[in-house]
Amino acid sequence: MLPDVGTRVRDSLRSPGPWSVVPPAAGPRTTDPHQRLALLKWMIAARLIDERMAVLYRQGHIPGGSVFLAKGQEALSAALGMQLRQPAAGRAGDIFAPLIRDLAARLAFGEPVIDVVRTHLMRRTGPMRGRDGNIHRGDLAQGVLPMISHLGAMVAPVCGVLMARRLRGEPASQRTIGATSIGDGGMQTGALHEALNVAAVEKLPLVLVVADNQVSYSTFSDRTYACASLVDRAIGYGVRGYSIDGTDADVCLATLHEAVARARADEGPQMVVATLLRGAGHGEHDDASYVGSELKARFGDCLTLYERTLLAATTISEADTVAWRNEVTAEVNAAIQQALAEPQPDPAQEDWRALSSRDLATELMPRWAPASGAG
Amino acid sequence: MNAAAPLAQPVRYVDALRLALEEALARDPRVFLYGQDIAAPFGGAFKVTKGLGERWPERVINAPISEDAITGVAIGAAIDGARPVIEFQFGDFASIGFNQLVNHAATTFWRTGRSCPLVARLPVGGTPGAGPFHCQMAEGWLAHHPGLIMVCPATVADAYHMLLDAIACDDPVVFCEHKNLYNHLKDETDPRTTARLPMGAAAVRRAGVDCTLVSYSAMLHECLAAAHQLEREHGIEVEVLDLRCVRPLDEEAILASVGRTGRLVVATEDWPFGSVAAEVIALVTSRAFHALDAPPLRLAALDVPIPSHPDLFAAQRPNAARIVEAVLETVAH
Repeated sequence: MLPDVGTRVRDSLRSPGPWSVVPPAAGPRTTDPHQRLALLKWMIAARLIDERMAVLYRQGHIPGGSVFLAKGQEALSAALGMQLRQPAAGRAGDIFAPLIRDLAARLAFGEPVIDVVRTHLMRRTGPMRGRDGNIHRGDLAQGVLPMISHLGAMVAPVCGVLMARRLRGEPASQRTIGATSIGDGGMQTGALHEALNVAAVEKLPLVLVVADNQVSYSTFSDRTYACASLVDRAIGYGVRGYSIDGTDADVCLATLHEAVARARADEGPQMVVATLLRGAGHGEHDDASYVGSELKARFGDCLTLYERTLLAATTISEADTVAWRNEVTAEVNAAIQQALAEPQPDPAQEDWRALSSRDLATELMPRWAPASGAG
Repeated sequence: MNAAAPLAQPVRYVDALRLALEEALARDPRVFLYGQDIAAPFGGAFKVTKGLGERWPERVINAPISEDAITGVAIGAAIDGARPVIEFQFGDFASIGFNQLVNHAATTFWRTGRSCPLVARLPVGGTPGAGPFHCQMAEGWLAHHPGLIMVCPATVADAYHMLLDAIACDDPVVFCEHKNLYNHLKDETDPRTTARLPMGAAAVRRAGVDCTLVSYSAMLHECLAAAHQLEREHGIEVEVLDLRCVRPLDEEAILASVGRTGRLVVATEDWPFGSVAAEVIALVTSRAFHALDAPPLRLAALDVPIPSHPDLFAAQRPNAARIVEAVLETVAH
């Protein structure tokens, strides 16, 4: 029997087409002032750090490659990151496989700013040691899987972590969940399809966050998919689907809270499809001149909208936002100064080995003793 | 639990693989098996997991026809501390898991410093009538990538020991099982009582002084038959070297053997271009050119897709008779 996917899914079936903004969801909105403040702070931090990385790129400090901005997606991303539990002494944490526009979620899940900067500047001190760059960074000890570039490829490994934990007998009271992000482009890959189906078959505590940001690199959604809304696929996979306005931060927060809570309660995979607009180029090498003014006019910027909302509600003041911006700017600037002073990788110091095993031809693989009583 | 019951003799290659999986499941709770049609009661297309799902239903798990996801699941489980063993129903279908194998599993240790201890079992190699998509070898396109270990056991004892070694290994291992050996290759000796070699060591299966004959997987047995015929009919003593592990190569064993014989023939049922056989010849010509008394010879399958009809199939691949001809040509040079 298929799970109840809720009225919001059925409502989305009536939405007229892939470019349309799904009407603000009838579902819950966050009203808790502490949660709202935290969300706004992560959004501001992600926006400012992203912009600072873009400046480093334009100044030529980023060796090769590009810098990928999450502008317009911070509300969705931060709302996810705030739900995730970090590992603690004696307790495993949640697993997160971020995609390229997930700085806000990473920060909310505990990523240190210095590691963001070190990886963009490819310092030896960063988690990838200069062997892999900027948005590919991850830290397995912290539960962040380092993405590979192939879209959709991170979903199955998150499933694998969750299956391993189930085999180990993780108690329900300490249930960890797996979260990962994808876009309207990555939703069309075979890897995504295979893995989401596995998650559904195995009823894994997986949360898939889909940022339908209208454009994959330069190709618009009408050349990417033909269904009315990507959330229509939820019922096909047998997972719970949510369709939300990704520019409405309160809705993002409430929806991600519900989705993660349901996953943690062993209700199986959850798929949140958020409609929004990528607010920058694919990367900073791309001016996105192909995005027309008509499309831009349909979408607000989640950060601008949320600041306006919270100012109007007098939850915050102008002075607050200035102070937070100054705080983040000071922290990222200090991190840049620190990272620039740190060593780059040294080819002469590398061991240049892709295997952890040594001496396979001469040493026996250590393992248990041969079965006794054989023969 | 682990005291081995006496086996019905002789032991087939497929029995040895099952014994290894059984021992791994019994001894190591981190081990689980994931693949298509492997669970109870079916036990896999080639019956390698027959009987295991009944004993460990929660650790012998059927997967959808989703090779990318099967491999990706293994990667996630491996980096979280499990020891996944995945089965591709046919090695040919590992092409769908190619991305996860070469771009994800193979890069994890280099990128993160954490190893990715998965085993991918591939039933490889030709069987008459099975055609272009159920007969392929996989080492030509997988062994190219840094970060994977690739083994091709050719004996019953190796099938047992190398599968346990692959599971114990901290790196991702592509484990190639030749389909033609599953039921046809038998050994009177219980593999659990045999000595094991290091997983990455080549083995001299027959000593000789006139020519080194390098092979691996099922082609080893064609080489041994050819060596026997060459001795009986021509008085030629061939040294047969079984690579066992094709990535990394046991370079010293290859060079030492050619140093003893001065001649080299490499026989494989894989295609010739950019192959393990080509790599062996490149190794010898670049590092032991002075030791060679004749040009090294590569005997591979014809460079076309694998045909279905048994006559075409047999004509497309090396066999003992063609290996004899190749050695005679090399020795006569």
